[in-house]
Amino acid sequence: MLMKQNTSKSFSIFSILMLLLFFFPSNVLAQSSSGSPDFITSMIVATVIIVFGAIVFVTDSLLQLEGKRQLEGKDIKVDASLFPKNLNGNAADLPSYIPKDRYLKLRRGFDIKLEGKPEEKIIETPHVTRYSVSPMDFHGIAPIPKVVPEEGDAVLAGDELFFDKRNPEIKFVAPVSGEYIGLERAEKRAVKEVMVLADKEIKFRELPQLDINVAERTDIVDFLKKYGGWVHLRQRPFDTIPNPEDIPRDIFISTFDTAPLAPNLNFSTQGEEAAFQAGIDMLNKLTDGTVYLGLDGRAKEVPSPVFADAKNVEKYWFKGKHPAGNVGVQIHHIKPIKKGDVVWYLHPHDVITLGRMLTERRYNTERLVALTGAEISPNFYTRIRPGANMGELLSAVEFKEENVRVVSGDVLTGKKKSNDEFLGFFEDQVTVLLEGDYYEPFGWLLPQEVRPSISPTFPGFIFPDMEYRADTNSHGERRAFVVTGQYEEVLPMDIYPQHLVKAIMTNDFERMEGLGIYEMSEEDIALCEFVCTSKMPLQQILREGLEIVNE
Amino acid sequence: MVDNIIKLLEKYEPNKEKQPFLWTLYDGFHTFLFAPNHVTKAGVHIRDNMDLKRTMIHVVLMLQLCYLFGTYNIGHQHFLALGEYTGFLEGAHLKLMYGLWQLLPIFIVTHVVALGIEFYYASKKGHSIEEGILVSAALIPLIMPPDLPLWILAVGVAFAVIIGKEAFGGTGMNIWNVALLSRVFIFFAYPTEISGDEVWVAGLESTFAGSAVEYGWVHLTLFNGLFGWLGLAQFDPTLSVVDGFTGATPLALAFAGGWDAVTEVYTQSQMLWGAIPGSIGETSKPLILIGAIGLAALKIASWRIMLGMVLGVVFTGLLLNMWGATPFMTVPWYHHIYIGSFLFAMAFMATDPVTAASTNRGKWIYGFLIGFFGMIIRILNPAYPEGWMLAILLMNTFSPLIDHLVLRKNIQKRLASA
Repeated sequence: MLMKQNTSKSFSIFSILMLLLFFFPSNVLAQSSSGSPDFITSMIVATVIIVFGAIVFVTDSLLQLEGKRQLEGKDIKVDASLFPKNLNGNAADLPSYIPKDRYLKLRRGFDIKLEGKPEEKIIETPHVTRYSVSPMDFHGIAPIPKVVPEEGDAVLAGDELFFDKRNPEIKFVAPVSGEYIGLERAEKRAVKEVMVLADKEIKFRELPQLDINVAERTDIVDFLKKYGGWVHLRQRPFDTIPNPEDIPRDIFISTFDTAPLAPNLNFSTQGEEAAFQAGIDMLNKLTDGTVYLGLDGRAKEVPSPVFADAKNVEKYWFKGKHPAGNVGVQIHHIKPIKKGDVVWYLHPHDVITLGRMLTERRYNTERLVALTGAEISPNFYTRIRPGANMGELLSAVEFKEENVRVVSGDVLTGKKKSNDEFLGFFEDQVTVLLEGDYYEPFGWLLPQEVRPSISPTFPGFIFPDMEYRADTNSHGERRAFVVTGQYEEVLPMDIYPQHLVKAIMTNDFERMEGLGIYEMSEEDIALCEFVCTSKMPLQQILREGLEIVNE
Repeated sequence: MVDNIIKLLEKYEPNKEKQPFLWTLYDGFHTFLFAPNHVTKAGVHIRDNMDLKRTMIHVVLMLQLCYLFGTYNIGHQHFLALGEYTGFLEGAHLKLMYGLWQLLPIFIVTHVVALGIEFYYASKKGHSIEEGILVSAALIPLIMPPDLPLWILAVGVAFAVIIGKEAFGGTGMNIWNVALLSRVFIFFAYPTEISGDEVWVAGLESTFAGSAVEYGWVHLTLFNGLFGWLGLAQFDPTLSVVDGFTGATPLALAFAGGWDAVTEVYTQSQMLWGAIPGSIGETSKPLILIGAIGLAALKIASWRIMLGMVLGVVFTGLLLNMWGATPFMTVPWYHHIYIGSFLFAMAFMATDPVTAASTNRGKWIYGFLIGFFGMIIRILNPAYPEGWMLAILLMNTFSPLIDHLVLRKNIQKRLASA
């Protein structure tokens, strides 16, 4: 990767020189009508520049080769080059807490700045009475799972609710205690919600003591499968629940979220040092490789001690716009997924949940969830468990508009939810935004209001800090692929997303693999979908491709 | 207000099943007036405001300066040949009206044929009208000689749109640049209408000294009546081509006698500003550069392709200068940048995203090779001293191969580390 950046840099310097060469003779051009003296001069200049450029290029390449040779086998990345990356970046301004050899700056990406950022305060919402675990939040399980309790049965938080018939040992457990009140089904009888009427005071099922220092790996796996922790793990490729037979190459955790209006994880995990560390220690037992932590290197704020002081992990610092905080992007830069590799990843809140299973000995998914979006006020964090009913969760806030869309998650990857539906299993964010079902006169030419866009045909690039009130209008109709190079601009990975998508559309299995479908997940391609001029449903296409490859 | 207009429009909505052609027209008109009320379904909940309509309209906007200058230059060249109003701004009203009357039929025929075919196919295939055709139709008049017979133009456009575009499945699927395909069709089918020294100046019997000027009733009755009433100078049907006039383009001159032969007829500033005979839109270099920089800055056209092409021209130009076997080869490489239609081809033709290479690295190669082959064809081809049309179509053909090679490198890198 470093090699590539440097070659392209030398190349751009070279091309600037060539450009100078192009403009140089135009000064003398006015005076002489015959071309020969100009021609000789320019030939000399060109030769000198080309020779100089060649010397620089060869020296640089040799230096890089030598550096690579000396560092072979060592897990250190040093930029051995005449134009080290650190000179061009502002590594010199790096705060002292970021080690330079563990720092990666990603140039490509785009931050969608929206109104309605959550304020860093915690407000208790009224008691939410209904909770649900939705099998649809998980990839790779059968649509009709086996539900264990009978309707009306009392359950404790951590009691078994259902399991996938293909993997009966992996239990999905109740997030709260109360009464099991039945199922809700979607098309083809697929189970959509498994609902629990929550107690006012949550009673937990007490989990057995597990001493992580002496426990075998199989003990830990059985413990997690039996008591509901296993489903918090996610596997790349395919984003599925991991197969208990697999031993992951490595485990990755991204500790910052760059998605639009994303919650600040430094704030929302405060005070969870012990649980987080316990979770990390458990994960270390589950892999033969390393647990990697991706930290926020944007230097806007010091990462919380929960992450910065975590032990038994390899830390990497990332600077860049969205999707720099996506775990997929971080994996790509730390240690890419190749064919046949299996890695796991978790959200920090899920690490904490696993940690609490050891420290508190109970299944406690409570977390700070951010209520965001310009259409509700105030925007704040509230303490709740995933699976909470959306309508009840949002009863504490005031809606500014009637015609809104409630999204569980962020605006790029979240799911649209009605008041009767529930917060997603892995989510720590709710976004409320305006529905855009309006006609706009000449909207394609002169939109009536400012909107986020990567295109410089909108004045947004002049005001990079401007926050927008976005709506769900698609701003145009679907078309065939026309514009190229657009996706690459927002995806900081060595992947050709447009060609990957075309390979999926044409069902070209080998090309999908070759172009790196194993490294991609919906959240990584979501920003490409946002910028797409042809309004392609890229996440859907990618998911279809992943399903094909997975079979 | 908006709601009322929408309601009014909906009242007249044709039946999609029974009148597909009318419905397609209606849909095109509706989405032109109002961005549709579609909301995002699955996937992302918000979308960038950029769509294909906006992309395409920016290309058309960037062409407007070329249109303006091209219109005027048709008139200017016409009067230069007659030896009247030889100053650029003299007789401006005559030049403008003459150019307009020459350009408008070309513009209208191109759009009627191209849009007609697009509408027909859109209604037949049941998709909405694709905006790409508007850019092709806006480009075609600019790359045609001003005196082109309209029926030939119509046949060329129809060929390009049907065979070059609709046969492949419409916008986004075509292999060759539609505008250039129409030109290359005319170039091979009716070569005398689009090459040589005769065709670049409009409204003359021929470019030999003494041949008569051709004015129609529009000039002599309508315009002259209007100008007479306004007290301005009028079209004079008794004029004839003056001695020493040549309709040859700088390239034709350079081909015959090197750079000295060019500067005998045209000054450098003339060639730079574009007051020379040529295809309608390609003569004024500063105005094309404004368009090129605009497109690159707005990220609508790829700067990589443009820069790659410049590098290709410089490289090949230096190479041929070193060789220096014919008078044309001795023309210094930097003159090649602004004689002929290189800049127009660079800004508007090679950068068509559908037919160009689609990977960033591929774009460099693609641009460079167009520059290379364009210069080879321009200088070494004995019959026709210009190369961009053929070079771009050639590289259009090979751009999938370039992409394939770039992608294969990426694939191999990934497999090698596995």
